[in-house]
Amino acid sequence: MIVQKLGANFNYVIATLLFCIGLFTVITKPNLIKKFMGLNIMEASVFLFIVSVGAVREGSAPIVVKGMEKGVQFVNPLPQALILTGIVVAVSTTALALALMIKLYEQCGTLDADELKGMEE
Amino acid sequence: MAGVSGHFPILIVVVPLVGAALTPLIGHWRRRLCMPWAALVMLFTFAMTAFLGVRLSLHGPIGYHLGSWEPPFGIEIYFDYVAALTFVIALFGFLVIIFSKRYVEKELEEAKISTYYTLILLILAGMIGFVVTGDMFNLFVFLEIISLSGYALIAIGGEKLTAMAAFKYLLVGAISSLCVLLGVAFLYSITGTLNMRDISHMLTLTDATRVASVALALFIVGFAVKAAMFPLHIWLPDAHALAPSPVSALLSGLVVKTGIVGMIRVLFNVYRINGPLNYGPVLNIMAWLAGITIILGAFFAFFQNDIKMMFAYSTISNIGYIVMGLSLASYFGIVGGLIHVFNHALIKTTLFLCAGAIIYKTGYRKLADLQGIGKKMPITMGAIVIAAVSIVGIPPTAGFICKWFIILGAIEAGKPVLAGMLLLGSLFIVAYYVKIINAAFFREPVHEITEVDEAPASMLIPIVILAIGCLLMGVFAYAPLAFIRPAVTGFLR
Repeated sequence: MIVQKLGANFNYVIATLLFCIGLFTVITKPNLIKKFMGLNIMEASVFLFIVSVGAVREGSAPIVVKGMEKGVQFVNPLPQALILTGIVVAVSTTALALALMIKLYEQCGTLDADELKGMEE
Repeated sequence: MAGVSGHFPILIVVVPLVGAALTPLIGHWRRRLCMPWAALVMLFTFAMTAFLGVRLSLHGPIGYHLGSWEPPFGIEIYFDYVAALTFVIALFGFLVIIFSKRYVEKELEEAKISTYYTLILLILAGMIGFVVTGDMFNLFVFLEIISLSGYALIAIGGEKLTAMAAFKYLLVGAISSLCVLLGVAFLYSITGTLNMRDISHMLTLTDATRVASVALALFIVGFAVKAAMFPLHIWLPDAHALAPSPVSALLSGLVVKTGIVGMIRVLFNVYRINGPLNYGPVLNIMAWLAGITIILGAFFAFFQNDIKMMFAYSTISNIGYIVMGLSLASYFGIVGGLIHVFNHALIKTTLFLCAGAIIYKTGYRKLADLQGIGKKMPITMGAIVIAAVSIVGIPPTAGFICKWFIILGAIEAGKPVLAGMLLLGSLFIVAYYVKIINAAFFREPVHEITEVDEAPASMLIPIVILAIGCLLMGVFAYAPLAFIRPAVTGFLR
């Protein structure tokens, strides 16, 4: 029963798994670049979740053309539009984070969170 | 609504945004014009928010439909009583820009000056947009505008550890933004709309309360990071203390308040937490965490040597007051919390600008180095004393009324232990501000700071205006209630 339910909603299962993998990476990895990769995985999971919310099986792109049959199923375009914005935000976050990491390496000479912690005191 | 004034609700966001986009161009042409340009843009925005504020108090909330698309299909800007905060944001933004002029010339490389003003305008535009928008996804976008420009502003000084502080903030901040986005996605998946008022209506019809509760938890966690509530406050002290001082003033006075405004929007506008639907013990958890935040923030502040570190921990403690007031969900509690949003912005902006003036003049920031500074910079230290007395909450100043209301709210809600936590936190606060005042006025200087005199006029004027504001808000403590009372009545309806 529960397996069937999970199978029918596998998109949510995968999004949740990815979110947890990402969060785990952010928390456990000492290397800042790896931490940030974890964050990117989390972002991807959220985007996957939102896009899959709007998906319709066998749905087509929501464009109306002349002489279209009646009863055609459309995919909800709004989540996709949201995610386009979300991706732009994610890219700018990534760019800023990478720039900050370069600065950080110049200032402290390491990207290891444990070593940086020692430097703080 | 006729003419241009009908479009003011969107123009208060667009004007600083376009102003920010034009700043690098102006900086490329004449670098000296960046600061007057930024100040002009903010002054203009301030005038528009003042106009809208007057209109709001006369005719009630103003809804504005972008591109004339009716909500819930189009995006709505909703200028309600909470959005009156834009007035404060624009005013303080203007004062901080004036203050920045000399500070930035000394502390930043010349090539970074136009970047600095661009980011300041961006962060202000983001905050104004965040407060006025009536659309959940826009809330997320504006949150990201604020956060991204905030990370960059912290690191702009380029001193050691600034990049580290900014990166720490970025990592936690990005996760919190993702939580908010996931919450928006959950709400969208059960209600099919993004308009706040529409979601609030749909939530009463849907039976998927479990999804709604998870979304609520995600929102609270997301905004608690932005507001630096215990145990999600770790990023704040470094970020606020290491940023350039005018930036610290903006971050501590206004940017942490976006987390608070986000909570207000979600709890009271979207979820109607006082309504018939039951979302579990959210408010209780928040109230107790807020109590811990108050005590821990004040406790750590006491052991700091760096004045900016002290003020940063004090911000954590004061965020605790605000969240406690809100999560009591009683009339007095919410009123006190909302007044403190405004009063804390006023006080903390004053304190950080004063710290900036001192660092600008002496180059020292440790309390031990700053002994005897009160005799050399009497106006600046006088402003610090006024702000310190306000934040402790001694009657004729700004901080008294909010704490009074929050304590009343705690008793009204039948939680006297919380009131006790609040008072204990206040005692710590007295202790560490006495420490500052003692060092500044009653100790002999250890360094040769005899050469030091008062800060330049462009720094003193914003400081004096804000310090007078601290006193006036104590005398006319009920003035913000003109906006806060109808807002709270709306929340508790």
